[in-house]
This record gives sequence, C-alpha cells and structure tokens, in this order.
Amino acid sequence: MKHVVIIGNGISGVTAARHIRKLSDHRITIISAESKYFFSRTALMYVFMGHMEFKHTQPYEKWFWQKNRIDLVEGFVQSIDTSDKKLILSNGSEILFDDLILATGSKPNKFGWPGQDLKGVQGLYSKQDLESLEENSKNCKRAVVVGGGLIGIEMAEMLHSRNIPVTFLVRESSFWNGVLPKEQSEIINKEIRENHIDLRLSTSLKEIISDEYGRAKAVVTNKGETIECTVVGLTAGVSPNIEFVKDSSIKINKGILVNEFLQTNCKDIYAIGDCAEQHNAIGQRRPIEAVWYTGRMMGETVARTICGTPVEYKPGHWFNSAKFIDIEYQTYGWVWAQPKENEDRFSWQDSTGKKSIIISFDKESKTFLGINTFGIRLRHERFDTWLTEKASVEKVLEHLKDANFDPEFFQHYEQEIIDKYNSDFNAQLTVRSKSWKRIFLKA
Amino acid sequence: MKTIKQVGVIISLVGFLFFTGSIFTSKNYVPQEVFDGWIASKNIKSEFFIEKAQASIVAKEMSTFELSNKIIELGKASNVYQLSQENIAWEKVMKLKWNKTSKEYVYPLVRVSAIGWVPENQFLFFWISFGLAILGGVIAFGSEYKLLGPAGIKNNGIMQHAATNKGWMGMIAFVYFVGFYVLLYFFPNYLVNPILSVNPVSRGLSGNPSSQWFLYGFMYCSVMTVFAIRIFIKYRHNAYQMVRTGVVLFFQIVFAFLIPEILVAFNKPWFDFKNAWPLDYDLFFDLNKDWGLLGQGQIGLFMLVWGIVLTLIIVPVMVYFYGKRWYCSWVCGCGGLAETLGDPYRQLSDKSLLSWKVERWLIHGVLVFAIGMTGLTLHTYFSEIESWQEIAFGITAYDVQTSYGFFIGSIFSGVIGTGFYPIMGNRVWCRFGCPLAAYMGLVQKFKSRFRITTNGGQCISCGNCSTYCEQGIDVRSYAQKGQNIVRSSCVGCGVCSAVCPRGVLKLENGPTENRIDENPNLLGNDIDLLALIKEKK
Repeated sequence: MKHVVIIGNGISGVTAARHIRKLSDHRITIISAESKYFFSRTALMYVFMGHMEFKHTQPYEKWFWQKNRIDLVEGFVQSIDTSDKKLILSNGSEILFDDLILATGSKPNKFGWPGQDLKGVQGLYSKQDLESLEENSKNCKRAVVVGGGLIGIEMAEMLHSRNIPVTFLVRESSFWNGVLPKEQSEIINKEIRENHIDLRLSTSLKEIISDEYGRAKAVVTNKGETIECTVVGLTAGVSPNIEFVKDSSIKINKGILVNEFLQTNCKDIYAIGDCAEQHNAIGQRRPIEAVWYTGRMMGETVARTICGTPVEYKPGHWFNSAKFIDIEYQTYGWVWAQPKENEDRFSWQDSTGKKSIIISFDKESKTFLGINTFGIRLRHERFDTWLTEKASVEKVLEHLKDANFDPEFFQHYEQEIIDKYNSDFNAQLTVRSKSWKRIFLKA
Repeated sequence: MKTIKQVGVIISLVGFLFFTGSIFTSKNYVPQEVFDGWIASKNIKSEFFIEKAQASIVAKEMSTFELSNKIIELGKASNVYQLSQENIAWEKVMKLKWNKTSKEYVYPLVRVSAIGWVPENQFLFFWISFGLAILGGVIAFGSEYKLLGPAGIKNNGIMQHAATNKGWMGMIAFVYFVGFYVLLYFFPNYLVNPILSVNPVSRGLSGNPSSQWFLYGFMYCSVMTVFAIRIFIKYRHNAYQMVRTGVVLFFQIVFAFLIPEILVAFNKPWFDFKNAWPLDYDLFFDLNKDWGLLGQGQIGLFMLVWGIVLTLIIVPVMVYFYGKRWYCSWVCGCGGLAETLGDPYRQLSDKSLLSWKVERWLIHGVLVFAIGMTGLTLHTYFSEIESWQEIAFGITAYDVQTSYGFFIGSIFSGVIGTGFYPIMGNRVWCRFGCPLAAYMGLVQKFKSRFRITTNGGQCISCGNCSTYCEQGIDVRSYAQKGQNIVRSSCVGCGVCSAVCPRGVLKLENGPTENRIDENPNLLGNDIDLLALIKEKK
C-alpha cells in the first residue's frame, strides 16, 4: 500500500483521489491551503450573486472523505524534497510520499501595473478572493474590471447583480475575440451593454491610483481617462501556481512540464490540471489548458497510471462551455476566431440576435470541424460521434434535430438554419426528423 | 419601479391585514331559534348542557372566542356531570376531542350566528381583503418584469434575503402558514369572517353558503394565480416553465375548483376528477348507499369507476410515457401550489444523504399505511362489517380511517406539507409524504421512458441544479459523473435544467434501453474501450 499525496483539492486533485480510491487501496492524502473541503471554483460567482450559499458549492458531504479514506490536510506546502520524497509545510511539519500529484491550479495574472497591490484591488480565483470581494464591494460606488475573458465577464456580472455600476476594460477591439469569431464576439458586446455594464473596448489599464489609506480610488486607462472606483478586478487571465516548485528539481517552463503520462521529470511525481504544461501540445490544444474539463480528465488519467495501468492523456475532441450573462455558449470541435486556410464557415443568427450558430468545415471535403452555439443547447454525444466519424457539414445540418438539447417546448430553429445554409452554399438540404434510435441506440 | 413594487407589497399586506384582522373582530349573536336548530342538528341530548348554554349564550352578543370557549367548557362540564351519574346515560355524553369539537360542534353555530360589519358587508370585505391582497401581489410581481432585468435566470440575492433563507421573514411566513392550516383543519370557527368574505362568490357559483373548504379552494386558486404571474415573468425565456405553469393552474382552477362547485350547483356530489387515489385517500370511504358515491346514482358510480381507472390504468401508463411529472408538476393541486407559492422556497430542501434515507422510509411508509387503510375499508364493505365495529385490538375501520385523515390528510399534507415551505422547501409533502407520489415513483424508477439526460462531459459541478431541486435530489452528483438522472422522487419540474449555466440537463422521454447507463468516455477522456472492458472483468 503506497502513500499517494496530492497537493491541491480542486477538480483535478479530487478527481485523481476519487479514481485512485476506486481502483486501489492506496493511502491518499490531499493537502490544500485554500479550504479543507473540495468546492466547485466555477460556482464562486453564484455565491456572491446570492444564487447559492458556499456550502452548495461543495459536491461531497463531510462523511464522504472519511468513508472513502481520503485524508484531508489543511496546510501550505513550502517545498518539495524529491530525493527523500517528502514535503515540507509552512508550519514546519513534513509529509512523506510514495507518489506525488501536483494539482495546484492557477493564480491570477498581474502584469506589474502601478497600484496592483492596493487595497480593493483583487483577482477572482480562490475562496479567499470571494471573501475579499464581499468585503471590498461594501458601499462600492463603482467597480472597474480589467481583462476581457471569461472571469472578467463573470466578475462584471457579479458586481452588476448587486447593482454596483461596473466599468469593464477590454484590451481587444471586441470581447474575447481571440477565441470567438467576430459575429459572436459582437453579440456578447451587445449583451454586456444591454445589462448596463459600461464596456470599454480597446482600452487597457495604465495604473491604479491610491487614496491616502492605501486603497484604490481610481484607475487610469491607456486613453488617459481617469475612472473613479473603489474596487478593481484584475482578470487578465491566469498562470500556473508553481512558486513553491521552483526551487525543487522538478522541471518547469510556464507550468510544470509533463509527458503524455502526466509524469514530470522526477520519478513518481505527476502534475495535472491548470499547473501542468505538456512538452508537446496535443492536437491543436494549448500546452497549458486551464479548463475545468481537462483538469478532470487529467485526474482520471493519472489515477489509472498510479494504480498500475499506465494510460496516456488523450483528451478526445475539444469541447467547452460558458455563460455570458444570459447567453449560454457551447462549443464542440474547433472553431477558431479566424478561419484557417482550409476552412470555410457557416454562420446563422436568429432574429433577436441572441442565438447564433457558427460551423467550421473543410473547404474541400466538407468535413465538419467544429461548432459554436449561442442560446441553443446541443448534445455533446452527437457531436463527439460526428467528429469521430468525420461527418460532413451537410450530414450534421440535416440531423441537427438529433443534437438539439434545449428543454421541451422550446422553439426550434433547424429549418431556419438549414434554409440559411442552402441559400449561402447553394445546397438542397432538408431537415431530418429526430430519431431516438440514432441518439440513444448505437449499434 | 422599485417604488411601484413596494407600493404593491404594501397594498397586499393591507389586504392580508384586513383578512387576518377579521379573525380577531368576529362577533356572534345566537337567537333562540338558531340555538334550538343547532341543538337538534347536533343531536345534543344532555339537559345539563342545553340548560346552561341556553342561559349563557342565547340572545347575547359576544365575541367568537367567548362563544367558542363557553360551548367547549359547558360540553366538558356536561360530560363530567353525566359521567358522575350512577347510571350513565351514554347518549347524553358528547363526543369531545380537541381536533374535532370546534369543527363539528362549534363551527356550525358560529357560522350562522355571525354578526357585525363583515357579515353585513360581505362584498366590500371581499374587495378590501382578497381584492387588495391580489391587486398588490399582481403589482409587486408585475414590476419584476422590469426589476429583474433582461429575461434569464435571475436568482440574485435569494440566499441573502430574509424571506428566502430561513431569516426572520421566512419565520413569520412559517408561523402564519402553520397557524392558518391549524385553524382551517381544526378550528374553522375562528375563520368565520374570512369564510364570509367569499360567501358572495360561493353563492354565485353553487348557490350554497361558503364553508371553510370553499374559502380554502378560493384562496388556493388566487394564490396560485398571483404566484403563477411571478413564474410567467421569472421564466419568460423558458417555454417549458411557461407551459407547465399554465397547465397546472388550469387544472387547479377548472378541475379542483370550478367543476366540483358546478357539480354541487346541480345537486351532484363534489368530485375532483384529477385527484387520484391514494392521494385521494377517501375515495373508497362509505361506499354504502346512504351517502357514499354509490348512493348518488349513475354519476356516483361513474365517479367511482373513473377513480379506479385513473389510479390503475391512466396513472401508470402516463408515468411510463412521461414520468410522474405529468401528474406532480402538471396536474396536481399540491404540486401546483408548491410550484407557485412554494417556488421562492425551493432552495431550502435538504440535499443530504440522510434526508434521502428518511424520505424513502417515510413516503413508502405512508403508501403502506394508505394501502392498509383502504384495504381495511374495502374489507369492511365487502364483509358487510359496520365501520364502527371492532376488527382487532379494539380498533375499528373508522379509527384507522380517522387517524389517517388526521395524521396524514391534515397534519402531514396540510400543516407540515405547506406550512413548512419556508423552512424545509416547497415539496415537503410531495417528497416525504404523498402516497401517490410514492406509487408513481416506483413506476418511474423501474418502468418509464422518462429520465433527465446529462449532456456528456459538460458539467462543471457548480451545484445550481442540486440547490434548486425542490425534491432534494443531488442532481449534480449524477451530472458530474455523466450519468442520467433516474430517481423515483423526481417530479420533473424542469428547474434543474433551467438553472444550469452550461446546458447539461434535459428532461426527456426516450427509449427505456440504456436509460441509466453511464457514459464515461464521453467525459472527454479518450480511453481505450477494449482495455476498459477487460479491466472491468
């Protein structure tokens, strides 16, 4: 019975622990300085908005950890002794391990802005960040959120939900347009503004000005404008949280470098989730993927390897999702902000301008490559199958009803979508009716 | 807009104030002939009681509280007297029980002898109580169309508001609801003014004077309508919620309220055609010819047969095709109230494993009780045993029926089932007590096309689904494993799917094959399936 120690109790670390327990009798210890019990980081925003209490973000009850013999240690790991296989905690105690999994996640980026460490200036990543936002946002006249990514729009929505006026600085010329195609990026600009969030595109932060108590009182933008505010949210992305690894013999680049088995250069030491960096990127993925789903997949994979069946990390077809205020977004396969050389695009929007579908496909072979959807839920399994069998865009469109995942009684758009395709690409496709057989009863 | 909302709230509160306040101002005057009629109709034989009551209550103006207390005190004193006699005259001993006396002895007298402003101004009183409460409610909820912002899930502040997080406002609502149900079921004599407020409506509908049950039915429909407006605004982006709310409101107003009243107007038995046994636990009571359904001619027989067909055929067939949601959140009155008045409290249902265990014992326990009680009822009917005859251990069929009625019918489904909304969530009865839900749950679990499909690997374990599940199902625990949700307790309200920020959940009726299969490779990890199969060996 070996002792597996996991640093970090986010989705990656906890998934690894759960699967190791399923597969083996190893002793398991999880160390976290953030909170004793696992909680869903993605749900922090809902706690602030009053949709949930913090306890609701915890997927497992307290008895779960004892029942599954997963020891929880609250502590901060100061350093790793890879040769003696031991961890030294900030309180001086030591923990010995046979296998070590590093799942330490990310930390918000700070780019050396003047005033970035003032009171009232914060990121939004940890439980502690949530607590400080609760404190900082009291009697707040205006907040400024810097950085147009997923956390930025969430933070803007959070503050807005408490009727705090928000100015949202986005460096790019349109929201998240490094990821979203132009049409869809613009839908989100509109959504942000409709919610009375003061969106400033092509605007970045120059400095944060302090009042006499060391508290932020205003920001200055690159356009020279000064915006008075008492809360500044820094949401310009995240990077691996690996400070304490730097002095060990574990090799790092931006993140902790791992091979396809998620192993670091040190034997029996693995890294998963946001903090891991692939030596060689997998497919068209980035070497560091700070995404919930990939963290979970890595956790599952590493558990198998540790339990005696070495398994390569093969994340399958790309998928992701998000919610931009009231607009739900899902994506399956690859739809780049700018189409690549071999790609063609089909784009559709409904009359309200809030629902949109963009499909990317190969110009020559018409092979379906990926889909972005706003406001229409789609069935993951269908797209996974189509991507695997390299279905054509026409097949996908004709069978779109099979893939619809909206609740019953919702309006359907398949006919409208296919009409648009037919006129754009001079085709004669027809909508096929939904088939339970195709959806659920695979051969 | 905020001001408009506040004005609405105040108007509504004023309506409630008149409504509730009238309980404390009700007065009575019992003329001689009313008193004589009451003594005769209640078959009171004790001269001791009649003499004293004659002296102390007839032709005197007094408050309802005073009158009620006097009757009960005299009843008790009379019984003491009668039981102290050498030869006890049993027919002179009055049957007194705390939960029955007020309802059966006191209420009829109080109802016909009420005096004062309310009985003389029933129409006006209706408008300043019901009228204001409804108007204010419509204004307050209507203003949310603007206040909530653009259509979408807007649960902002729910956990921070004293009305919805078991704070002081929730506690006031809790006490008010429980108090109301206790009065309604056991002490309707104190509700006489509220009952009179709907007297004109009752007279107009069926021609009969209003009873406490008419008041309850009318309130039920009004509350559901006002809170349905709230749902129509809150979920205006969600067609499933809109259609479902409209349908359940329709069934309440038409099937549970109007049709029965119209039947009564035509001298037919009061009957709710959608109320299925064993929720309708007294369907088989008094099958006998005198006053049960069988004594009502063709239509009575039809109602009885319909009731049996509903339970034995329609219910299971519909559950097979659509899940128990077709009843629980589309048709049922209890469900209808839970989904409207109860919607603001849905997040308060307990999600722990312990509460799931308690739930299974309780709800199936009630089902067994209901079946046993009904079995006994049928046994006494077919063996031609009178319901008051002892069957075993000194217990009669009537005892079993009344204890079911008291503990399950009144206390559990009413006082706890609705009264506890503000502290235990809005489906307390449906989740822990309803025997029909238990029955349909078994069908749903083992033989149904209904499931909540989990969308592959898209779950982020945020917990909105579990938080807002009124049945206390830990939806997330399934969703994060990529497993479909097939739970006997799911009433298919669809809110988990509505609040999911990633489009992970879909209520659907599909083939029964693979209904509960897990789909591990869909979580996105491209694992070698063959290796996985070998491993599982």
